[in-house]
Amino acid sequence: MIIDFRLLIEDHGTSTIKNQKSTIKNRQSKMASLVSHPDEVRVVSKRFGQGATSIDRYLELDGYKAVQKALGMQPDAIVNEVKNSGLRGRGGAGFNTGLKWSFVPKQSPKPKYVLCNGDESEPGTCKDRLIFEHDPHAVIEGVVIAGLAVGSHTGYIYIRGEYRYLSEIMQKALKDAYARGFLGKNILGSGYDFDVYWHGGAGAYEVGEESALMESLEGKRGIPRVRPPFPAVVGLWGGPTVINNAETLASVPPIILGGAEWYAAIGPPKNGGTRLFCLSGNLARPGVYELPMGYNLKKMIYEVGGGIPNSRKLKAVVPGGSSTPCLTADEVDVSMDFDSLMKAGSMLGSGGVVVLDDSTCIVKFALRTMKFYQHESCGWCIPCREGTDWLKKTLTRFHAGGGLKKDIDNIQYLAENMLGRTFCPLGDAAAMPTIAFVKKFRKEFEDHLEGKPCPFEKEAAIEQLPVMA
Amino acid sequence: MADAPKEISLTVDGKKVTSPPGTLLIEACKTVGIEVPSFCYYPNFSLQGACRMCLVKIEKMPKLQTACTTVISEAMTVTTNNEEVRQARKAMLEMLLGNHPLDCPVCDAGGECELQDMTFSYGAAESKFMEAKNHKDEQQWSPVVYFDRPRCILCYRCVRVCGEGMDVWALGVQNRGVVSVIAPNKEDHLECEECGMCIDICPVGALTSGAYRYKTRPWEMKHVGTICTHCGDGCKTTLGVRRAESGLQIVRGDNRDKSGINGDFLCIKGRYAFDFADNPERLKQPLVRKDGRLLPATWEEAFELIGKRFSEIRDKDGQSIGVVGSTRTTNEENYLLSKFARLVLKTNNIDHHRTADFPAFAAALAGKTDRTASMRDVFNAPAILLIGNNPTDQHPLLAWQIRNNVRLHRARLYAINCQPIKLRRQATNFMEIPSGAEGKVAAFLAGDDTAADALTSATASRDGWRQLREKLRTEQNLVIIFGSEIRGNDLPTLVKFGLAIPGAKFVCLGDYANSRGAADMGLYPDLLPGYHRVADAGKFHEEWGKIPSAPGIALPAMADAAKTGKLKGLYVVGANPVARLGFDPFAFSKSFVVVQDMFLTETASIADVVLPVANAYEKSGTFTNTCGDLQLLKKAGEVSDTKPDFEIIVRIADAMGFDVRKLVPFGTGTRADMGQSRGAQSGEADRHAVWLEAHGLEPKMSPFDPMAILDEIQRLVPGYDVSQINLLSGNDQHTNLMSQSAGSAAHDGSLIAPANDDLFTSGTLGRYSRALNSVIENRHLQPAETEVAAD
Ligand SMILES: Cc1cc2nc3c(=O)[nH]c(=O)nc-3n(C[C@H](O)[C@H](O)[C@H](O)COP(=O)(O)O)c2cc1C
Ligand code: SF4
Ligand code: SF4
Ligand code: SF4
Ligand code: SF4
Ligand code: FES
Repeated sequence: MIIDFRLLIEDHGTSTIKNQKSTIKNRQSKMASLVSHPDEVRVVSKRFGQGATSIDRYLELDGYKAVQKALGMQPDAIVNEVKNSGLRGRGGAGFNTGLKWSFVPKQSPKPKYVLCNGDESEPGTCKDRLIFEHDPHAVIEGVVIAGLAVGSHTGYIYIRGEYRYLSEIMQKALKDAYARGFLGKNILGSGYDFDVYWHGGAGAYEVGEESALMESLEGKRGIPRVRPPFPAVVGLWGGPTVINNAETLASVPPIILGGAEWYAAIGPPKNGGTRLFCLSGNLARPGVYELPMGYNLKKMIYEVGGGIPNSRKLKAVVPGGSSTPCLTADEVDVSMDFDSLMKAGSMLGSGGVVVLDDSTCIVKFALRTMKFYQHESCGWCIPCREGTDWLKKTLTRFHAGGGLKKDIDNIQYLAENMLGRTFCPLGDAAAMPTIAFVKKFRKEFEDHLEGKPCPFEKEAAIEQLPVMA
Repeated sequence: MADAPKEISLTVDGKKVTSPPGTLLIEACKTVGIEVPSFCYYPNFSLQGACRMCLVKIEKMPKLQTACTTVISEAMTVTTNNEEVRQARKAMLEMLLGNHPLDCPVCDAGGECELQDMTFSYGAAESKFMEAKNHKDEQQWSPVVYFDRPRCILCYRCVRVCGEGMDVWALGVQNRGVVSVIAPNKEDHLECEECGMCIDICPVGALTSGAYRYKTRPWEMKHVGTICTHCGDGCKTTLGVRRAESGLQIVRGDNRDKSGINGDFLCIKGRYAFDFADNPERLKQPLVRKDGRLLPATWEEAFELIGKRFSEIRDKDGQSIGVVGSTRTTNEENYLLSKFARLVLKTNNIDHHRTADFPAFAAALAGKTDRTASMRDVFNAPAILLIGNNPTDQHPLLAWQIRNNVRLHRARLYAINCQPIKLRRQATNFMEIPSGAEGKVAAFLAGDDTAADALTSATASRDGWRQLREKLRTEQNLVIIFGSEIRGNDLPTLVKFGLAIPGAKFVCLGDYANSRGAADMGLYPDLLPGYHRVADAGKFHEEWGKIPSAPGIALPAMADAAKTGKLKGLYVVGANPVARLGFDPFAFSKSFVVVQDMFLTETASIADVVLPVANAYEKSGTFTNTCGDLQLLKKAGEVSDTKPDFEIIVRIADAMGFDVRKLVPFGTGTRADMGQSRGAQSGEADRHAVWLEAHGLEPKMSPFDPMAILDEIQRLVPGYDVSQINLLSGNDQHTNLMSQSAGSAAHDGSLIAPANDDLFTSGTLGRYSRALNSVIENRHLQPAETEVAAD
C-alpha cells in the first residue's frame, strides 16, 4: 500500500470537514494497493486483501476459533499465554500486554471494560487503519478474548474521528458478529455475555492517550487524567479497564491459536511476534509491511522499502512515529525492537518509519512536526501548551529566515524543559524529536541564520511571517 | 475506637515528616514549613496536575514528580529545592510569562498576584521570548464577573470552585491547546449564582470583579475583618476600605485569609452587596416633620424633640410607646434597646421582625447545653437532617457547608422539603412532602405513625418514611437543621425526637444577619435578654432597676393600638414594618413616630423624626448568627453625619433626662472605652470628647462605646459567657442557647414572617444594592429555571 506521508501529516493540521471529503476520496483511491515483501511474516496481516470483512470469509480463515478456544481456558491461563508470548503494546509504549491484563483486579464492585484504542493519529503511523479495513473481526475477537481474560463483559472500539470511512466496515462487522452469536448474550453458547460498541473520535490526537480516550468516551473533553490510579484499577466510568492498541488486540487471537512459544520465537527475547511497520517518506516502495520484531532497520529501508529513489542519499530516519527521536544515516544499522531502539537513544513507538533523504530541510521538518504537536496539544498543562506554541512560533520565524543564533539554544532549552515535566507524554512527544533535530543537525540550523534563506528551498523565498493562532 | 491508622514517615529536604496515610506530598511538606509552589492545586478540590509548578525530586523516580498528586509513602525521600527542581519551576514560569500580557501596572491583581509572587520567588525575570503574544479581548460575563483571557494561566480553579464547591457548573474549558479558554455557561455570558467565588480564587487578574475592577490598588486599601450584614449565616468578610469624600468607602469584600467560619466562601451579598452603603439615597442628615413635611434638621434639634415628646408620652401612660428593634443591629444595640425600652420608656411594648421561633427552641432545649450546632459543625457532622427552608437561596453559607461536607466527608444528608430544592442533589435521601406538612414530619419522627398519612407520595412511601426514621435513629452526632416552617408546638416535638439521638445537635434557621441576636437580646414584649420572662425579672430587676412586669404588646398589635389611640409613640430602630410586615401606614397618623434608618423607607416616610444611621459595616459590636456563633464586627466604612444606633439610643435617653450611667456601665469592666483605640472614625473621638466634657465625664470612658455593655451581656445573658479574648481577636465563639426561665410561654407561631429572600434579595437593605439589582438572575425566575444542571 502506498502512503503519502505528506498527505497524512497535513491532514492533522488543516483538514476541515469540507476538504475532508476530497481527502477521503483521495485515500480510497489508494486504499486498494497492498504491498508485500518476501521477508514478511504474516500474522496480523494474513487476511489482508482476502475479503475477511465478510464474516463468512473470516470464519473460513480460522475466524472466531481463538474465542472458542479461550472460552475453554481459565482466565489466568489466557493472561499467562499472552504474557509469555512477549506481546508488547503496539500503541507506542511497548508494555507487556499480558502483564498489563494481570493488574486488573479479579473482584470488582464496578463493571470492568476492554477498550480498543483505534485513535491512530501519530504522524507516520497507518497500520490500525488497515486492520479495521481488512480484518475488523480480528479486532473484535481480540477484544472478546481480553474480556474473557480479565472478567469483563463490555468492550469499546474507539476509532479515530478522521477514519469515519472505516466506521461502516466496523459497524457491519459488529452487526454480523452479534447475528452469529459471537457477541451479545451467551456468546457461542458459553453462558458468557459480551457486548462490543463502536465509538468514533472527534479529531484529536491527544485522545489516543489512554486516559484522555476514556474521558472522550465518557463524553467529556479529551484531556488526560491524573494517575495513579491507573486504568487497570480505575478506568472507564470508574471501572477497571484494559486498554490496548488495535494491533495489539488483533495479535491476540493468533497467540491463543498458535501458542505463546511460537509467537515469542518470531522476535528477539522479550519482543515477541511481528509488527506492522509503516514505511513512508523518501522510499521507492513505501507501505505497511509485517516484519518480525527485531528486523534490521537498514535492511528495512534498502530492501523492503526499495531504497531511496532519485539517487538521493539517506539523511535521517524517524523510526517509530513522529514523536521518536530521529536516527542519522550512520545510526540505522539497528534492530527494530523496543529494547534495541531504546539503547540507540530512540524508540520503536508506533512503528511509523519515516525516511528522509538529503533534499529534506531538517528545520522545516522540525517545524512541521512542531506544528502538529502545537495543534494537537490538549492545552491542559503549561509546559506542553505554552512550550509547543512558543516552539512553533520560533521555528516558523527561524525557517522563514528570521532566526538568531540564540534561537537555536532557546529551541533546545525549551524542549529540554518540557521533557519529562508534562502531564502526559504528548509533551515528551513534542520535545524528544526536537531535541534530536537540534542536537544531530545543529549545522543545518546554523545554515539558516543571519537572514539566509532556507538552503533547501528551490526558490529562495522567504515565507510570510506567522499570523497569530 | 478503631486503631488510628499508622502514620507514614518520610524525609523532605532532610527533615523528618510524619503524616497520616493518604496525605498528599504537598500537604505533608506544609506541616514542616516547606512550601511547594502551586497554581492548580487548591485544597479540597479535585487534583489537576496541570501547572507543573510543584515538581519535586523523589528518590528512585527517574522524572520529577508533582507533589500535588503524589500520595506519601513510607520512607519516601524528597528534595524540593535542588538545581533540577529550581530549573523546572523557573522554566514553567518562563513559559507562562512568554504568553502573559504583563500588564501588572493596571491589573487588579497587581500586588496580590500569585504569578507575580512566584516570579519573584522562583525567578524568571529575563525573557527569552520574542514572538508576538496571543491576544483575546476582555469579556464581560455578568455585571459582576469579567474575564481577561490573556491573563489566564489555566489553573482551572474557577471551574472547580464553581462546579465542585458551588454545584453550579457554570464554567468550563473550551477549545484545546494554546487557544484553550475558560468559558461561561451561556456562550457569551453567565447565568449562575454570581457568588464571585471564581474571581476570588483566581490566582491572577484573569477574572475580575465588576464592583472592584480598576478602582484601586490593593496596597491603597485598609483591610478590615468583619461580618456580613445580610443573611443569618454570619460569614466573615475582609472589607477593603478606601478614603472617599463622604468618609470611608468600602470597595471590596472577600475572605482570602479564610479566617472565619466560612473559609473563603461568600455569596453575592457578602461579596458585593456592601454597596448599599454608598447608595445616593442614603440619608445624611436628621429629618424632622414640620408642617407635614420632613425637613432637614440638626441632631441637637432632633434629640431635643424626641426627648421631649417621648418623656411626655411616657409620663402620661408608660405603656403607650411601641418599640421595634432590628435584625441587623448589633447585640449591644439590641440589648441596649431592650433595656432602654424597659428602663427609660418603661414599657414592654417591644418586638422585632421575627423570622424563626427561637423562644420555642430555647424552651424546648430546656437548658441542655451542647445541643446547638455551630456553623463549623455543619461542615463536620457525619449526618445532617434538613427539614424545610431552601438553604441555597436563604442560607448560602449553610448550603456550602452542607454540600462540601457531603462532597469531602461523605456526610449523609437527609432532606425533607416541599420543593425540589437544589440540595437534593447532595442528599442520600430526599423526601418531597406537601407544602405545609413539615409539622407532620416532626410528629412522625417523634413517633406518631398516623402523621405519615399526610406525608406519603409517589416518591415517599409509608415504608420509606419508616426506614428513614429508623436510619435517623441509628445516626450519631446528627445535625438537625430546620426552617421557620417548624415553629410553635411542632418545634418541641422535633427537638424531643432529636434529643433522643446521641450527640444530635440543632440549627434553627432565622433569616437576617442578627435575627438570632435580636431574639437572644430580648426584643420581645414578654421576654428579656436570654428568653427571661418579664414577669420573673429577677436578676434584671437587680441589675437594671425597676422594670414593668406585665408583657407588652407584639408587633401587629401595635398598629391596632395606634389606630384606637392607645399607642401614642412608635420608636423604630432599623426596621421597615410597613413594607415587610404590612403595617398600615395610616394607623400611626396620630402617633409620634421616630425611625432610625439609612434610607427613607416606607416606614421612615411616615415618621415625625428620621435619624440617619451607620450600618453594621460602619460600627463595632457583635452579631450572633443563626447557629449561635458569636462574632465581632469591626468598623470598616463611614459616612459622615450618620451615627450608630447605639450612640443614638444613649443620646435619646440623655435627652429624656435619664442618667446614662445607669444604661451603659461604661468606665467599668474590661471594655471601658475601646472606641477610640479601635480606629474610631475621624472626628468621632473629638465629638465624643465634647459631649463628655459637657457632662462632666472622664473623656476616656465613653457611654457610646458599644463594647462597654458587652461585659454586662456576657454576665447576664445565659450562654454568652464565652471567651472574650477569643471573641475580640476575631474568632467565632459558639453560644449555648439557654432559657433562664424554663418553659417560656409557647409563642404565637403566626407572628413569624420568614423573609423569603433569595440569593439576590436581602429585605429592604437589598433594594439599595446596585450589585444585587444589576444581575439578570434577580428576576425571580422559577427555581427550576434558575438551576443549572449538574455535570
Ligand atoms: C499523545 C498520545 C497519543 C497516543 N495515541 C495512541 C493511539 O493513537 N493509538 C494507540 O493505540 N495508542 C496511543 N497512545 C498510547 C496509549 O496511551 C496507550 O499506551 C496504548 O493505547 C496502550 O495500548 P498498548 O499497550 O496495546 O500499546 C498514545 C499515547 C499518547 C501519550
Ligand atoms: S502534555 Fe499536557 S497539554 Fe500536552 S497533551 Fe498532555 S496534558 Fe495536554
Ligand atoms: S456561580 Fe457564577 S460567580 Fe459563582 S463561581 Fe460560578 S461562575 Fe463564578
Ligand atoms: S480564570 Fe483564573 S482561576 Fe480560572 S483558570 Fe484562568 S487563571 Fe485559573
Ligand atoms: S451567606 Fe449570608 S452571611 Fe454569608 S455572604 Fe451570603 S448573605 Fe452574607
Ligand atoms: S500544583 Fe501540582 S501540578 Fe499544579
